[in-house]
Amino acid sequence: MSDIRYLAPQTLDDAVAQYAAAAGAARILAGGTDLLVQMRSGLKKPSTIVDVKKIPELTAIEETADGGFRVGAAVAGAVLEEHPTFGKVWPGVLEGLNLIGSTQIQGRASMGGNLCNGSPAGDSVPALVAAGAVATIAGPDGTRELKVEDVPAGPGKTNLKPGEILVSFTFPARPKGSSDAYLRMIPRTEMDIAVVGVGVSLTLENGTCTAARVGLGAVAPTVLLVHGAAEAIIGTKLDDAAIEKAAAACSAACNPIDDKRGTIAYRTKVAGVLFKRTLAIAAERAGRA
Amino acid sequence: MNDQSHKWIGKRTIRPDGADKVTGRAAYAADATMPGMVWGKVLRSPHPHAVIKSIDTSKAEALPGVKAVATAADFVDFPVDTPVPLGIQDMRWMSRNMLAKEKVLFHGHPIAAVAATSEEIAAEACALIEVDYDVLPFAIEIDDALAKDAPILHDFIEFEGRKSNIAGTLEHKLGDVEAGFAEADVIVERSFTTKPVHQGYIETHACVVSVAPDDRTTIWSSSQGQFMVRAMTAYLTGIPQSHIKAIPAEIGGGFGGKTIVYLEPVATILSKKSGRPVKMVMTREEVMRATGPTSGSKSTVKIGAKKDGTIVAGQGTFYLQAGCLPGSPIRGAAGCAFAPYDIKNVHSFGYDVVSNRSKVAAYRAPGAPIGAFAVECVLDEVAEKLGMDPLKLRLKNAAKEGTKAAHGPTFPRIGYAETVEEALNSTHYKTPLTGKYQGRGVASGFWFNAGGESSAQVNITEDGNVVVTTGHPDIGGSRASIANITAELLGIDYDQVSVQIGDTATIGYSNLTGGSRVLFASAMVVTESTEQVIEQLKGRAAKIWGIDPSQVVWENGEARPMGEHSANFPSMSLEELAAKANATGGPIGAGSQSNTVGAEGGFATHVCDVEVDVDLGIVRVIRYTCFQDVGRAIHPSYVEGQLQGGMAQGIGWALNEEYIYDKNGRVDNPGFLDYRMPVCSDLPMLDCGIIEIPNPKHPQGVRGVGEVPLVPGPAAVRNAVYDALGIRIDDLPLSPPSVLAAIDANSRQAAE
Repeated sequence: MSDIRYLAPQTLDDAVAQYAAAAGAARILAGGTDLLVQMRSGLKKPSTIVDVKKIPELTAIEETADGGFRVGAAVAGAVLEEHPTFGKVWPGVLEGLNLIGSTQIQGRASMGGNLCNGSPAGDSVPALVAAGAVATIAGPDGTRELKVEDVPAGPGKTNLKPGEILVSFTFPARPKGSSDAYLRMIPRTEMDIAVVGVGVSLTLENGTCTAARVGLGAVAPTVLLVHGAAEAIIGTKLDDAAIEKAAAACSAACNPIDDKRGTIAYRTKVAGVLFKRTLAIAAERAGRA
Repeated sequence: MNDQSHKWIGKRTIRPDGADKVTGRAAYAADATMPGMVWGKVLRSPHPHAVIKSIDTSKAEALPGVKAVATAADFVDFPVDTPVPLGIQDMRWMSRNMLAKEKVLFHGHPIAAVAATSEEIAAEACALIEVDYDVLPFAIEIDDALAKDAPILHDFIEFEGRKSNIAGTLEHKLGDVEAGFAEADVIVERSFTTKPVHQGYIETHACVVSVAPDDRTTIWSSSQGQFMVRAMTAYLTGIPQSHIKAIPAEIGGGFGGKTIVYLEPVATILSKKSGRPVKMVMTREEVMRATGPTSGSKSTVKIGAKKDGTIVAGQGTFYLQAGCLPGSPIRGAAGCAFAPYDIKNVHSFGYDVVSNRSKVAAYRAPGAPIGAFAVECVLDEVAEKLGMDPLKLRLKNAAKEGTKAAHGPTFPRIGYAETVEEALNSTHYKTPLTGKYQGRGVASGFWFNAGGESSAQVNITEDGNVVVTTGHPDIGGSRASIANITAELLGIDYDQVSVQIGDTATIGYSNLTGGSRVLFASAMVVTESTEQVIEQLKGRAAKIWGIDPSQVVWENGEARPMGEHSANFPSMSLEELAAKANATGGPIGAGSQSNTVGAEGGFATHVCDVEVDVDLGIVRVIRYTCFQDVGRAIHPSYVEGQLQGGMAQGIGWALNEEYIYDKNGRVDNPGFLDYRMPVCSDLPMLDCGIIEIPNPKHPQGVRGVGEVPLVPGPAAVRNAVYDALGIRIDDLPLSPPSVLAAIDANSRQAAE
């Protein structure tokens, strides 16, 4: 095995410069809970590792001027869980992140790493998509923003350009009556990988759903934003007919594979079932009587 | 024994190896290291089935840092036409499993091995070995291997006059099944499949081997038997057993899977060739690809009963996967399946089927859970057809003292009926279920248990304490149990007894830890040795007192004069006698070696409650109790540990564990993420109903306890799922996709 160069820049500018200079032979290290496993198995053999955990922008949790949040891409699950208000506003995003791995892994695993790993089954991604979170990306050509659902390009691939680093996630301010939830189906109760994952974010005004977004994981090459499901419930009082229609939209959106974790038939059906259960939790949290 | 006070037998003493294990001091095989040590790695087959035309190791040998390269040509040759049995193994197959010879037979089959100064260089060198293959079509599943045009794995295997993948059969017959079925009022016949499941030990296979220039060999390894390691290494390398010292490391789980060798002979040859100590440690992926799971199976069972519940005939056909070389546990499947029942007419037939998978290894009551799964599921349906409680059906037909079993023996006093009675009378069985999709299932099981060869040495130290040495790796709390027995027999404190596991040079031959034999057999030789030590102690006291040894008793850890002398001398403690040992005849100690007999079979009955999430197909076990005749619980905590471990593994087998192969004949889930054993949160408290019917043929009444707790599990879970859903699913595992598919198929059927 050849030697690996390890860099731990203190500023974003340095990180961008060093990462770009390594020209494709480098990997970004956030929590490392995917990268180190992939290196051990021989799947990835980077010559340079750029550790981004010492960069303030990647590790900060801020409340933005308009009442939203900005969360650094490398913030660990355990750190976000301890934040006094984030989990109250975005309980679904937090529970998705907190489902990754064991307690020990939670001390390292981050939303940025989970998203950039490009797995369609990443547990934090469906709720991020449902939340309408926006990713801030820095690269040699400057900074740009990308909706979270536009970051993954396929299993193990992202739409980040060479040299670009995911910096943070921005969450919009939430009107009263808003909340979210994430549920995943796993055969076991813990220590498992999502066969289907559903994130639902919504706003209720006097019992009527005025806004909703649905993110669906592990049923297609990338995590999906299911417009049809959201449209089916927006403007309704979440009556059974609307919910059934939205669940059907979730099942219809599925483009899964048969694999060791589940069959096409199973995933397609479960997407609808899980949507209904997730919606019920999100609506409950949003204050539905 | 029965008149003893039981100060220690039955006590939950602190296990002697406990502190080391919880503090991380315990030395497992992979902890061993030596000056000058190099690393061994194995090159594995990329094909599930291919002829090896040639192997060129020259580039690997030329790589800087490489110290030795080995192939099958460096080992003793075992021609396929000459059987060389060793226990239940055959060295013809063991040698070809360790390193492929004529053919590679599964994806991951070892082909060559390299020793180098680092693991990385060894791996790099493996990649430089050039193997020329003639790739062949492959067969993974039983049906593929039995198909008319199936690829034949071994030209030398014939069945019914044709080349075949059926490597062997086994038949048990009792009475006349046809006549039995003719008498039956109710007959149920069903076919089942089970998937291969891995033993799932946490510690992967590992060893360090050092061979001196004169071939004197020292092996540190994780195994279920240091003598098995010595014997197999000797056979495969040609080094005599007397030159090999096999040292048992602490073992991080075995469950049967460490009763054979994969690495030790390879490391031995690499060490011999390189002149360096060689360390080899398997990765989890290697364990999952190339070490034995137990067999997958397909079976058909037919049972007939009269209206009153009397079972009049039982017939079973069991096809078991052997993996790539002969030797599946058909004896466990065909032999144990009907054993809990007194049935006059039984016909049980087993087929040993080879295919392009890793060779199976023993797994906790090998084969028995497969046979029990089919029989216990059919019995559930027989009970339903008769309108009988499934436990009462079992009780009515329970084997008892005098019952002639189809596999041969006539049972002595056994405790099967008691396990069913305890289950029937339990709070668990009497507590009604509450949820709509909850269900309760029951099943029973039998395992042969084993005796066999054991050796022990009991020595009194100069300061009056006791060192007991036995020859079996402790995988279930046997050291604590032996200490309980020794302290009991000597009437001394538990803490005065130290139990050691000797290496092959310090203790006499002891067969491996398996067959639920260790406490049964080692307690016998330890008891004999301790009784001899007590006789010596009495003799020493008699000598000091100048009286006849027959006038001395040993009680409460002291020699005491009796009869006319009882008031003449103060009693003497172990410590006092030890201090005077040299003056009274020298060191005090005794050894015993024996081929033990009298290990009678073990029986268990399980009650399982499940709840099914019918929209997701998820089965959760919500309550589970094992009722088992354990003979005598020498150390109740470790008896419970065995029972709970067996229950957990049975639940895993039933619900999620399976080998998944891709279309190229490769295992697609070679790790604990996608090979889903239960985690703690998947299981409820696993309750133990310990029943003690002492084994009359054992000094402490011990019966083996380690294996039978796995046997009923898969059927108990499946029968509970039937009770919850009204759907009989006959193929394991009951994973969410398969359960949901069964629910959907059932509702479609209902709608039609």
